Amino acid sequence: MPFRPTLRGTLDAVPRYRRHYISLAALLGLGLIAACGGPYPQSTLAPTSDFGVAIDRLFTGIFWWAVVVFVVVEGLLLFSILRFRHREGAPAPEQHHGHTALEIAWTLAPALILVFIAVPTVRTIFATAGDAPPGALRVEVIGHQWWWEYRYPDLGLVTANELHVPVGRPVVVDITSTDVIHAWWTPKLGGKRDAIPGHHNKIAFRADSIGEYMGQCVEYCGASHANMRLRTFVDSDSGFQAWVAAQRAVPAAPAAGSPAETGKQMFQKYGCIGCHTVAGVSAGLIGPNLTHVASRTTIAGASMMNTEQHLRDWIGNPPAMKPGSMMPNMHVSAADLTALIVYLQSLK
Amino acid sequence: MTHAAATHHTSMGLDSRKMGFWAFIGSECLLFGSLISTYLVYQGRSVSGPTPAEILNIPVTSISTFDLLMSSLWMVLALAAVQRGDMKWAKVWLLGVAIGGAIFIGFQVYEFTSFVREGLTLQANLFGCTFFILTGTHGAHVTVGVLWMLTLWYRAMRGKLGPEHAMTVEIAGLYWHFVDVVWIVIFTLVYLLHK
Amino acid sequence: MSEPTGLKSWLTTTDHKRIGKLYFWTAFVFFLLGGFEALLIRAQLAKPDNTLISADTYNQLFTMHGTTMVFMALMPLAAAFFNYIVPLQIGARDVAFPRLNAFSYWVFLLGALFMNASWLLPHHPAPDGGWFGYATLTEKQFNPGPNIDFWLLGLQILGIASLAAGFNFIVTILNLRAPGMKMMRLPVFSWMTLVTSFLMITAFPVITVALVFLMFDRVFGTHFYLPQAGGDPVLWQHLFWLFGHPEVYILILPAMGVISEVLPTFSRKPLFGYTVVVYSGVLIGFMGWGVWSHHMFSVGLGPIADSVFALTTMLIAIPTGVKIFNWLATLWGGQIRLTTAMCFALGFIALFTIGGLSGVTHAAPPADLQQTDTYYVVAHFHYVLFGGTMMGLFAGMYYWWPKMTGRLLSERLGLVHFWLMFIGMNLTFFPMHLIGLLGMPRRIYTYSHDLGVDSMNLLCSIGAAMLGLGMVVFVYNMWRTRRHGAVAGPNPWGGATLEWSIPSPPPVHNFDVIPTVTSRVPLWDAPPKPAPPPGHIHVPAGSWWPMVAAAGLPVMALAPLTHTVWIVFVGAAILLFGIYRWAFEPFEV
Repeated sequence: MPFRPTLRGTLDAVPRYRRHYISLAALLGLGLIAACGGPYPQSTLAPTSDFGVAIDRLFTGIFWWAVVVFVVVEGLLLFSILRFRHREGAPAPEQHHGHTALEIAWTLAPALILVFIAVPTVRTIFATAGDAPPGALRVEVIGHQWWWEYRYPDLGLVTANELHVPVGRPVVVDITSTDVIHAWWTPKLGGKRDAIPGHHNKIAFRADSIGEYMGQCVEYCGASHANMRLRTFVDSDSGFQAWVAAQRAVPAAPAAGSPAETGKQMFQKYGCIGCHTVAGVSAGLIGPNLTHVASRTTIAGASMMNTEQHLRDWIGNPPAMKPGSMMPNMHVSAADLTALIVYLQSLK
Repeated sequence: MTHAAATHHTSMGLDSRKMGFWAFIGSECLLFGSLISTYLVYQGRSVSGPTPAEILNIPVTSISTFDLLMSSLWMVLALAAVQRGDMKWAKVWLLGVAIGGAIFIGFQVYEFTSFVREGLTLQANLFGCTFFILTGTHGAHVTVGVLWMLTLWYRAMRGKLGPEHAMTVEIAGLYWHFVDVVWIVIFTLVYLLHK
Repeated sequence: MSEPTGLKSWLTTTDHKRIGKLYFWTAFVFFLLGGFEALLIRAQLAKPDNTLISADTYNQLFTMHGTTMVFMALMPLAAAFFNYIVPLQIGARDVAFPRLNAFSYWVFLLGALFMNASWLLPHHPAPDGGWFGYATLTEKQFNPGPNIDFWLLGLQILGIASLAAGFNFIVTILNLRAPGMKMMRLPVFSWMTLVTSFLMITAFPVITVALVFLMFDRVFGTHFYLPQAGGDPVLWQHLFWLFGHPEVYILILPAMGVISEVLPTFSRKPLFGYTVVVYSGVLIGFMGWGVWSHHMFSVGLGPIADSVFALTTMLIAIPTGVKIFNWLATLWGGQIRLTTAMCFALGFIALFTIGGLSGVTHAAPPADLQQTDTYYVVAHFHYVLFGGTMMGLFAGMYYWWPKMTGRLLSERLGLVHFWLMFIGMNLTFFPMHLIGLLGMPRRIYTYSHDLGVDSMNLLCSIGAAMLGLGMVVFVYNMWRTRRHGAVAGPNPWGGATLEWSIPSPPPVHNFDVIPTVTSRVPLWDAPPKPAPPPGHIHVPAGSWWPMVAAAGLPVMALAPLTHTVWIVFVGAAILLFGIYRWAFEPFEV
């Protein structure tokens, strides 16, 4: 059946330039933007642990296979659009219905590529299954709305939001949750695992270089999911030992009559003791352990730096800083708040 | 019932309503499959009692199972009666199916209330959750079936059901037999093979 | 035979073409609503640490954006074409169960309105648990408001609409084909409708059960997903994704069907490897059932399960790839006319390929551990669902618009629309690959400047604005076409399938004479003969009862929402009454 002429005219509006130049330009532009920004503290593309490197190697392999397929498919598409354009008055094209050999060929070709992808995939699955060599440092990660609890069962330590591990030594992280599902993720140190109430997931890794690594909860867990962040510090061996020693020490009680001593009373008066543990002072289990809160660089689920101003904002009105916060606004008076902050800052 | 489309020529030579109903049964298989799988996955995971062994009364449920099986037989007889135009017996068997279903429901009501008295509530433990949802969903299906049978019986009584409606009765029968088969599976897995 | 007019004729209609139009316009409005929600999301994320939208509202927006797009926009837009086009393609006068079809539509409309009514209540308690609604976050303990109730009850209602539509189209396609229309002569769009329908009737019962468990947990205090009593939140994930992955194919297969119609028409060549394309569609439908746990690689199912699901997932790439190669071979040696419909179909191939390839990267579980729940995944599935499904559906809109309305959409505006969509889509979603790989999680209402992804996020937001602009152009095009569109005639594109053999828009009874089919491309192989003047063709009258029966469902849903038991009986009575009147129409029990 011949084409109706109704389309002539409208068809002339087809632009001459081709869409693929645009995608190419977009790709290049993106590369440029990526090159300008940085330093990307949560990049998965610059791993610094054996776990992260194994994943990155697998991903890179698959990525290049994908690029090959992408070029072939988009190339054929572009070529067809350019080459086989309708011309007025041309006879109808040959009516091909199919070609068995071709069908077999393009069934086998992707199957073959998938073999090259599947073999390293399965190998990496088993290599990254969370089995740690004996003697690995054990850490328990417990997700809470919206902060992380860290326990070192072999060292008798409990801390929050900031994990410390020694460089070059295997670490095995046991991940669970007490309320909803979270996911623990320090991208540069490797992949994430879900923190599921009633389940225990394992990640094993060996961090390669000393430094401070950012991460965050990556399973939607309610109002302040976005504010549930974390940091992982990879310390030198001696640095880690020093940190452990400091965390194990019970902080000295503030001197009688000092502002910190007043703050300690506020810590009781405003009911902080109900939820927070400070060794030798209180044994609350609902919020983070604050025994050495001043030694941490961040507060409030690692969403704010640990500065006096942030402490003031945070304790002054927690739900305003972290929507849905379990810590209510205790309406602490300005003077009491100052004392409380002095006390908290003394908990080194 | 009036279904104009069903009387048309069909490509597969199968009545459209019947084909649609088979699709519905396929879909229902997935519904009960999900419920039964959940029951099996959660078997033995209750953190507190009562357990199936303490609660289930196999002799009593065997009776209601037998009753439901019999009602399937009556359904076959009802359909045969409608097909040969024997409306007198059709009425008898249709009512029989409805009563058989109602008796089954009665047993289930008795079973549920006695279980609750013995401490197995919907909230008591995982066994309670999965048991009541599974058997309750089945019971709801039986209830719908009873209403359906009563409707057919009522129409037969009013002289509005004849051999020309055999397909209507056949589809109701498909439903009834399906519900019966599901019960056999539930009875086997939940009652006979309980852990 | 004149078509009835007036409001009543629409409320009581059982004509598949009218129901198709009702589906189309309703779904289109929800598509705009879902798009508006997306624009608000992009406005919030345009800069780091933004305070434009509160955390709670943001969480509602992304939940409702996903839920709306999947259940109230993309699926029903496809259903609009199922309704309008499939009976015409197979040479039928209507679907197998016209009143069940009306019921489907009304249930869909009421379910969608029910869920969205939550926006209108004080403090807008709209659903906020994510479209995937993972327990335990959706449990009463962590979400005591009515938000999740609106979500789960609305989804239950929408599920019933999909089930009813599924039964209807299975029977319609299997049983109402014109003489000579063997299964292997069926247009590919109708084939994909059939596969989709089978997926709908098998997948939806699973989520129905999952939602019933959740409802019982919330309303009656059971513990299906609560670990304290031995329950397991992961059960929800298994059930949800057992449904959810077939759902992905429910969303993509119809679009694949559309472009399998559009590409041959505008290449003036039959579809290359028809049989292979059909069978790979069927195979994708089957295999879609065996891959659900690839949504759960970070759950920790163990290396063996992860390996199995990685392999099944990778296998699905094969039939998908085969389809793409067959489409390319259809273009090869053809006479390609770059109409708007064709541009969207070509856009589908270009963009869906990207989505498929990024999909392969997270079919590898270890790689997925870095990618899942980041913007990389958001990029991936928007290439599949926007670059794929929506591009395919837009192709269908431009292709079948003249059939449905009798007038052609403006090609000039259409191409403006296409380029805004194509460029906007890449601008919005391509940077998200990188944003995700650089460590930005999804579903966060705010992000830190420290992540270094500010400018890329701004780019995404600019792209989103372009998409919004594209939709403005499209809406204007539709508006303008009502009066000024060129009159289409029966077959403006030179299409090969039966819907192009009848006037545009088709008469109420579709075909004066039911055609006899002898080929896969009947109109190319044998131009339609002039039809003999029609005798009287009986067209069934409309019915109120499907709508009445449908109204019972949202009434029943009010019971768990308000914790008022008696309402459930009122709703059930309405439903039952509607069904009885419908079954015995004209009423004669």
